[in-house]
Amino acid sequence: MEYLIAFAVGGGICVIGQLLLDIFKLTPAHVMSSFVVTGAVLDGFGIYDRLIEFAGAGATVPITSFGHSLLHGAMQQGEEHGFIGIAMGIFQLTSAGISSAIVFGFIIAILFKPKG
Amino acid sequence: MANSLNDQEQYSKNIKSYQPKPPYVFNAIKAFIVGGFICMFGQSVQNFYINVFDFSKENAGNPTVATLILIAALLTAFGWYDKIGQFSGAGSAVPVTGFANSITSAALEHKSEGIVLGIATNMFKLAGSVIVFGTVAAYIVGMVRMLFKALI
Repeated sequence: MEYLIAFAVGGGICVIGQLLLDIFKLTPAHVMSSFVVTGAVLDGFGIYDRLIEFAGAGATVPITSFGHSLLHGAMQQGEEHGFIGIAMGIFQLTSAGISSAIVFGFIIAILFKPKG
Repeated sequence: MANSLNDQEQYSKNIKSYQPKPPYVFNAIKAFIVGGFICMFGQSVQNFYINVFDFSKENAGNPTVATLILIAALLTAFGWYDKIGQFSGAGSAVPVTGFANSITSAALEHKSEGIVLGIATNMFKLAGSVIVFGTVAAYIVGMVRMLFKALI
């Protein structure tokens, strides 16, 4: 059941992205940027947390969760240190994603030859 | 008549009838299946981390994302992710794997220009927009939320 919900919610988010690509003729970069902003705004109202509780990886795997984690890290530090904490904590939770993307991307670019 | 065809402002209107209409429903179904499958796979990776390495449900997202990014980077290196992307459109672009794909493919593409000027400089060519917009949005929303808390 857990897997089915993750499939349905994750797939649903991708369908929204596909419709933005097809109907509004946006580029993938535009779609990804607006999804990240949407994730941050939804988390600002506390909606995204509920979606994660409901859908698990269906909500954490799409790029919208990147905006959600950015805001979550910021608010965690913000509660301790006030307004300065927002800047201190903003990359706290996304650190794993960004650093692994940089490291793996770099290593692979050195080891492999471009295809196609 | 000939004038209106050569008019630059009319261009986007004129070419509209020549553009193929995308099969909306078919594309949406493909995106749903591939995107859903990636999320379902992410769920199984997350459960693996919860059960085997004793991560809490909140913290399991981090290693899951890192694992998916590693897999997507490897698929990009073999040239398979682009094939999936051509088939599924947003289905493979919206999950975190699409973020990893854009970083790895930009780095690979500019490899011939050298390690510093090619790989490192161009790595965030596509993914940079995601980080910039995410950070700016989170900063502003965070500020607004702090202000509301301070006022109430």
